[in-house]
Formats: sequence, C-alpha cells, structure tokens
Amino acid sequence: MAVRAERAPVVIEESLAAKIVRLTAKAPVHLALLFIGILWLVPTAGLFVTSLLDPSDQASGGWWNFAFQPSAWTLENYTKMFDNERIVDALIITAQVTLGATILPIIVAALAAYALAWIDFPGRDWIFLTVIALLLVPIQMALIPMFSLYNRFALFDTVPGLILFHSAFALPFAIFLLRNFFAGIPKDLMEAARIDGASEWRLFFRVVLPLGLPAIASLAIFQVLFVWNDLLIGLVMAQQNQPIAPAIASQLRQFGSNLDVLAPAAFFSAVIPLVIFAAFQRYFVQGLLAGSVK
Amino acid sequence: MSGTTFRPEFPREGGTRANPKTAAWRGLLLPLGFLAPAIFFLGVWVVYPTFATMVRSLYSDRGDRFVGLENYRRLFSDDIIFTAIKNNFLWVLFIPLGVTAVGLVFAVLTERVRWSVAFKIAVFIPLAVSLFAVGVIWRIMYQQDPERGVINAAIVAVQGVVSERGVISTAAPSTDDLEGTTQTGISLKEPVRTGEVALLGLTAIRAPEIPEGAQDARAPEPLQGGITGVVWRDFKPGGGTPGEVEAEEVGLGGVTVELREPGSNRAVERTTTEADGTFAFEEVADGEYTVAVARNTFAEPFEGFNWLGPSLITPAIMLSYIWVSAGFAMVIIAAGLAAIPRDTIEAARTDGATEFQIFRRITIPQLMPVLTVVFVTQIIACLKIFDLVLAIAPGSSRNDATLLAFEMWRRAFSGQNLFGLGSAISTFLLLLFIPFLIVNVRRFRAEAR
Repeated sequence: MAVRAERAPVVIEESLAAKIVRLTAKAPVHLALLFIGILWLVPTAGLFVTSLLDPSDQASGGWWNFAFQPSAWTLENYTKMFDNERIVDALIITAQVTLGATILPIIVAALAAYALAWIDFPGRDWIFLTVIALLLVPIQMALIPMFSLYNRFALFDTVPGLILFHSAFALPFAIFLLRNFFAGIPKDLMEAARIDGASEWRLFFRVVLPLGLPAIASLAIFQVLFVWNDLLIGLVMAQQNQPIAPAIASQLRQFGSNLDVLAPAAFFSAVIPLVIFAAFQRYFVQGLLAGSVK
Repeated sequence: MSGTTFRPEFPREGGTRANPKTAAWRGLLLPLGFLAPAIFFLGVWVVYPTFATMVRSLYSDRGDRFVGLENYRRLFSDDIIFTAIKNNFLWVLFIPLGVTAVGLVFAVLTERVRWSVAFKIAVFIPLAVSLFAVGVIWRIMYQQDPERGVINAAIVAVQGVVSERGVISTAAPSTDDLEGTTQTGISLKEPVRTGEVALLGLTAIRAPEIPEGAQDARAPEPLQGGITGVVWRDFKPGGGTPGEVEAEEVGLGGVTVELREPGSNRAVERTTTEADGTFAFEEVADGEYTVAVARNTFAEPFEGFNWLGPSLITPAIMLSYIWVSAGFAMVIIAAGLAAIPRDTIEAARTDGATEFQIFRRITIPQLMPVLTVVFVTQIIACLKIFDLVLAIAPGSSRNDATLLAFEMWRRAFSGQNLFGLGSAISTFLLLLFIPFLIVNVRRFRAEAR
C-alpha cells in the first residue's frame, strides 16, 4: 500500500508535465485554429442574429451590438415569413422538387451504372466515355433550347419540369460515381449469384443495390443540397412557382430596407441543408472524396 | 425483359456460340433496358440542347435569321462581356491557388489536433448553405457604413488604434496671415520667433463640431524661451474682427499644433491645445519657426471601404467564395494527408530532417495528386459561378462583377431576350471546358486499359 501510494503521484506528475509541455508547444496552433474557426462562423452568425432583430434594431446599427443580447431577439420576422404566402409556397415547391429530383436520378443512374459496370456489351466503354464527357457540360448550354421546349410542352413553371431538368443534369455525376462504386463489388460474389441462376434484375436489386447503399447515400445528400440550393434553374424555368432561392432573389432589389424579410428567409432556407448535412456528414465527405470532379 | 440470362460457366462469353444472332440481340437488349431511362434523360436534357445551343448561336436573337458568326463578333466587341472574360480569367488565376493554399494550411494545422472535428465543421458549414444565401450573408458583411458592415467595423477598430479621427473635419484660415488647407495643415505665413505669441484663427468650421460648453478663447502670455499661442474659432455671431481674439469666440481644444522649420514642412515639435485653445512650446531652441495647425487635426473619419462599389466588388466576391470553398479543399487534402505512409516521415525524422524539410520534400510531393484534383475542381467551379454575382453585386456594380455564366443569364433571361448572343456565350463557355473534358476522358481510358 505504502509503496503504491508513493509511486502513484510520481506517475501522474510525469504525465502531467509531459502533457503541459505538449500543450504549450502546440498552443499557437490551437490559438490559430480557434481564431480561424470563430472567424469562419462570424458570417453565418451575423445572418442568424440579423434575422432575429426587429426592423428598427436592424436599422439602428450593426448586428454585433445585439449578438450577446438575447433580450433584443424576436421571432417576429419568422412569424411574418410564415404568413407570407409566396415564401411558404416557395418552400413547399422547393421540398417537392428536391424530393423528386433526388429520387428520380438515383434510380435512373443506378440502373445505368449497373449495366455499365456488370453487363458486357459492345460499345459499353463508349457510352461511359460519353457520360464522363457530359460531366462537364455547363447548365448554361441547356437553358435556351429547354426554355423554348418547356414553353411548348407546358413544362415551364411546373414542379415536374424542374424535377426533370435537375434529374437530367444530376445523371452524369451520379452514373459516374455509382458505376465506379458498383465496379468495386467483388467479382466472385456477382458470378456466384449468376451461377445460382439469379437474373440481372435480381442481381441488381438483391446484390448491387444493397452493397451500393453508401454511395447512394452520398449521392442523395449531394443532390439534396444541390437542388435545394439551386438558383439558376429555378430562376429560368419557373416564374410564379419558383423555389425558395429565386423567390428570395426577387427581394434583393431593395436590399437594406427589407432585411427583415431577406435575412430570415435566407437563414431558414439554409437551415434545412445544414440539418441534412449535419445528420449525414460522413456520407457527404465520402462522396466528396469519391468523386471530386463535378 | 426479366431475363433468361442463366450463363453456365463463362458468363461473359456464354451463349454467343450457340445462336449468334438472337444472343447478340439479347446481349444488347438487356443493357439497353437498364440504360434506356438514362439515355432518354441525357439525350433530351443535355445532348440535344448542347447541339441546339451551338446551332442557335448562329441565328439572330429572335431566331428567324441565319447570321453566321455575327453573335461571336458581338461577344468579342462587347465591353461588358469583355469584363466578364477578364474577370473569369482573374478568378481562374487567383481562386484555385487561393482555395488550395487555404485548404492545405487548414488540413496541416488540424492534422494532429484533438478537437479538429469542431474546427472542420465550422469551416465546412458554408458548403452546405446555398451560394445565394452566402451572397445575402456577405452583402450584410460588406455594408459600407462601419456602423453596419462588420468588415468595415473591424477595419475601423484596427485603424482606431493607429490613427484617430481629427477633432474637426474642415476649416479655413480666418485672415490672410495664414495659409494652407485641411490637406496640408494651416500655418502662419510669417515665421514666429521664440518668445512670441502665435494667433491661429480658423473659420468655416461646422457648428455641430464645436463641443457644447467650449471655453472662450484667450490669448496666452508670451513665454521666454518658448512659443505660445492659441487656436480658436475666429467667428462670433454678428461678426467681430478677424484676427483678434474676442469675447464669445471659443477656443479649439485637442488640436495638434506643429513647429515647422521655415521653408520646409518638417515638423520639429508638436503639442496639443488646451480646452481654451491655448498651447505652449516650452524651451524651444532659439530661432524662427513656422507655426501650423497640423493636418491630422482635420483627418476625415473613416467612412469604410466601398466593398460593393465597382472597384472592389470582384475581390469582395472572391473572398466570399474562398470562405465557401475552404472546407471542400480542407477535407480532400486532409484525406490525402492521412494516406501518406507514416514510416517515410518517421524515417526522415530519424535521419534528422526538420519539420519544414519533411513538409517540403515528403508531404507536398506525396500530396501532389490530391492538390491537383482540388485545383482543377476549383478552375471548373470558377467558370460556373453565377449565384454569388447575382446575390452580392448591387445593380450598380454588376457590370464590374460580371462573369461569363452570369452574363449569359443576363443577356438571355433577365428581360433582354438576346437568345442568339446568349447561345454564343454558352458555346464559348463550353469551349473553355473542352480541355478538362479531354483530360477526364483520357484519364478514364488510361485507367480502363
């Protein structure tokens, strides 16, 4: 007992000293990271605080005067925002478009990716090369002809029209990512299933899709963020039924005088992608690493 | 289509021998089934419009007349589109380098820090927010009034330590005895000798700048071996005599007074006036001096950089873009760092290499492929920027902030309806992507082989 009691503090002292040395040696790095981290949060915090301020407070000075004064905060702007039909409609449309334009391209891309990865047929590589080439076609290339086409086929200013447009432009990246992921499935597994008499459909649904879930999850998150955050397509292909970003964009003209409308709408429109991002961060990062080509 | 694709032993070649024609047909039909939806979507929404846009760029804006390359001639002779091309060039020049560098620094800093996850999330958040909301955020940050825009407020806070604003913003000499402006400082024309009194009367001072309860000015006594004087507002309601210190005329406190060598503007000594406007230089070396109210008395209050004005708008938007993209670069580079084999670094350390040498000779070369990916991704992203320009640049500076992707939208869709010119801009943009397209395709073919 006595021996232990004597030894124990010595051990603690050593590790403590070592710890202090280690921490002080790294102190500049910690401080720099702390500073940069806070710096990086300031803009978003600024929008958040601004969105919580009464219009008279917004006009009276910088938001940072109220940043540590929660008593001045009010949800008034948000209440008013949810009374604003145009913004509520825009949020509903955004949700519909996001849902449709995430599910549809993933199904279409998974089918195509399976064929490109596991079915042998002439011209397969050429098709995949075309997909890779299409990765780099900018959306601008499609706007003018599709605008005319949409007007002719009554797809302009409709939710299906937006879903189809987003889905098509999501495909090259989705096919690319999924094809590479599917191709990594062990060949033995696939051939064993084939020998057991599984049809290609069965193989696709029972083997490839379940194994491909991580890639599909990354893709889904990318797509949700991309569609929810889109401005260009919504701005061009819709007018009365615009998603949230283009709907807020029309408010920009009177910037400064309407911060009480702009700030909460911008912040709220950012909350949903942020929540999704926070919940599925891991898949997001994996997706980034798998295909940083878009 | 649900298939009879039982392949007894060699799935890839199975069947072709038995009945070449049907097997080949079936061999195509099956993949076609899987590919058909994708081909339909890509064909209608991507491939068709790409060619249609190229063709459209050869027609007039209304599409009723073939004009050949006229739209391209317009593209290259339009000043604003030229600005867009120039800005795109600047973006490609600075942004990929900047983003990669920032990402590398962050990745290296966080490498062995325990709470790095918290830091990474902070840097990553902007990536999830829409570029448009980012624009609104920075629009709030960039407001010019330092009372509202946090960036200018920060600059004021830093500057406040270095230089204070002057006590009065503007003034003029009250008599011909004085000369100079607020830019140079206001001085007596005649040099002053030690033991004399200098009277520096100023007029044209804005009334609100006179503090309430300012003391009446008083002419000080001469001081042996020194120079004394007064700076005062040489004006009272109803007039008064210029050049004389009279009752009801207030002294200007806190003003900086300089003794200059005659004939030069070099200040030998400085002092600040009392509340009644008097000042005294004691123990001055014998001689003649020019007495002047120093320039910094009139220093303008800092009114903030006009970030959203024509000259700063492009750097301002670039800064907000770096804020967004740093997280992307950081994560990719951090993954690359984690993949570098530890033993190489340990070996180098054992051999006595410094941390910096390790970084330059081992880390950077090993990271090169990853850095290249980030760099190229950012070049491509730069060519596509649209939202940020629309959200950050106010109408008055859009012509200076513009980029090709933005200009294309503006010409074709913001009410201008210049579809011919818009198509030409799109096609030009596509042309800029072609090199990357070729590299991508080559890389894949190399991998496939």
